[in-house]
Amino acid sequence: MDLNGDLVLRDLRKEFGDFVAVDSINLTIAQGSFFALLGPSGCGKTTTLRMIAGLETPTSGQVLIGGTDITHTKPHQRPVNTVFQSYALFPHMDIFENVAFGLRRRGVGNVEKQVMDTLELVQLAHLARRKPGQLSGGQQQRIALARAIVNRPAVLLLDEPLGALDLKLRRQMQIELKRIQTEVGLTFVHVTHDQEEAMSMADTIAVMNHGVVEQLGGPLDLYERPVTHYVANFLGQSNTFEGTVASRDGEFARLATADGEFSVTSAQSSGTLAMGVRPEKLEIAETTGNTVPPTANQVRGTVTDAAFTGVSTQYVVRLRSGKEVTVFEQNLLFGRRAQVGDEVTLYWDARHSFALPASAAHAAAADGS
Amino acid sequence: MAEASAVGSRSRTPYLLLLPGMAWLAVFFVVPLVSLLMQSVQTPLPGGLPGQYEQTFRFANFVDVLSRTEFLGALGRSFLFALLATVAALLIAYPLAYAIALRAGRAKPLFLVLVVAPFFVSFVLRTIAWRQILGAEGPVVGALQALHLVPSNFSIYPSSLAVIAGLTYNFLPFMTLPIYASLDRMDTRLIEAAQDLYSSSWTAFRKVTLPISMPGVVAGTLLTFIPASGDYINAQLLGNATTTMVGNVVDSRFLVNSDYPTASVLSFTLMAIILAMVFVYVRRAGTEELV
Repeated sequence: MDLNGDLVLRDLRKEFGDFVAVDSINLTIAQGSFFALLGPSGCGKTTTLRMIAGLETPTSGQVLIGGTDITHTKPHQRPVNTVFQSYALFPHMDIFENVAFGLRRRGVGNVEKQVMDTLELVQLAHLARRKPGQLSGGQQQRIALARAIVNRPAVLLLDEPLGALDLKLRRQMQIELKRIQTEVGLTFVHVTHDQEEAMSMADTIAVMNHGVVEQLGGPLDLYERPVTHYVANFLGQSNTFEGTVASRDGEFARLATADGEFSVTSAQSSGTLAMGVRPEKLEIAETTGNTVPPTANQVRGTVTDAAFTGVSTQYVVRLRSGKEVTVFEQNLLFGRRAQVGDEVTLYWDARHSFALPASAAHAAAADGS
Repeated sequence: MAEASAVGSRSRTPYLLLLPGMAWLAVFFVVPLVSLLMQSVQTPLPGGLPGQYEQTFRFANFVDVLSRTEFLGALGRSFLFALLATVAALLIAYPLAYAIALRAGRAKPLFLVLVVAPFFVSFVLRTIAWRQILGAEGPVVGALQALHLVPSNFSIYPSSLAVIAGLTYNFLPFMTLPIYASLDRMDTRLIEAAQDLYSSSWTAFRKVTLPISMPGVVAGTLLTFIPASGDYINAQLLGNATTTMVGNVVDSRFLVNSDYPTASVLSFTLMAIILAMVFVYVRRAGTEELV
């Protein structure tokens, strides 16, 4: 792929008075990729998007597309189009004119074919002469998308585009967005607070929090190897254990915690460390009927809650230290399920545990002891 | 049975609610309108006193009145002054409304109060104040003289310009408020969307903001033009014999000369022309031809 069209954010920073919305972030977004900015509201993701669009002026830093600095150009001079959260369709124009708007402003002569082709792409060509007010939310969303992609921008920005849709429609639009992105091959920068949405669509995700990028990577990477507590808990759920590195065992560090010793992939050979493991990675020896492999991490506890959710049963197990861990068990088993009050052995492959920096409170306590 | 009567009374409710309004319109609009039309085709009572007329259905009254140049001139001036005042008010009110709706931030309520504030002073007093503002010793002429743009004996009052200025000023809130309302309702993200789609600020205004605020502009121009064309206070207080508007003629014919048929013919003609103009205007505005 031609790398000349990459979108680069260099030390990009935005302050509103005393509040730092975006704290000097650096990102390179490859041309043609589907990139997601994921984070809770107020994390700076929308501000970042607006700076790329030119709707917000950065306090400092640069925005470059294909090596050209566009930091100080006006929104209408940028090869960037936005799908707004509220769609922002022009209520006084019909659907055709809404989609043709950008082409007409750039003085494109015959817009008919491009507009209709794009409407075909979002499967709404039959609504060309309707007004936006006569369309459903999902249809308006697709028109907003068509209005942006018809211009074939170097970068397409999507600001929580599916936020206003109901769950079922949202899932359907996620698949459709991905299809359209593959079909047109544009760079998509998608802002969302929905981790499932980001993971199912994006090639690369930047998890943002308090104006900084906490972690950057592919969906699988972020899920299996989160590097901060924040990422570990924002993308899915995690059970975390705090402890001190007691010894080493090959690629693993042996972590001594209040609930016993566990192996975790880490290069660290001393000091404090935290370890996380996803609820679905934990298995209950009593229900699987398997013997615990010798290399696996294991811990005993008491089931305090069991909730059947269809695809899985979600258990809460209280450990010796009083810590409660969550276990998701897929409903594949014919045998008995664990009951509340049962004493169980939990085990998991050591390669499923990921190392996290020890929390500040734990590190201080370990220092003091 | 009970159910049927409940449905029946519910379906009558809208008509009952309409009744007071309809009665009001019948008494204070339809009756005077018919009486005006009747009066316009009366002729003097033979041997009667001035002001005594009989109903003769002489429709030629219209021809007689409308063939007199003084009356035609007054009618023409009414529409010309009203038109110029409407245009001037639009040019002042649009930026004002735009600034209040989109730029004023927290000062918005304050500015809105200021727009309406003149209403707390009597219409007549405010208009008389314009005599001082535009008069020979007033600040406007004073400033123009200081800049040597006008001779020393120059005065703006009384003149057509003073009348138009008075009309513009007096009807400005009626232009400002509807435009403000339509701009304030507008989703400002539409402007961002337009800029994102390759529009400069000016193009975004022309293609998005202005068309969306057109209902306000249409309402404002109607609320200004209609009363301004029937106005006579401004022409009386700020004008002279050469700036008479049709309102002044109606006023003097009716109250001074007791010439009811002529006054009625002029009133009726004024109303008919305004109705026709409004009809054409609103239809064109409705089809977005005005944009």
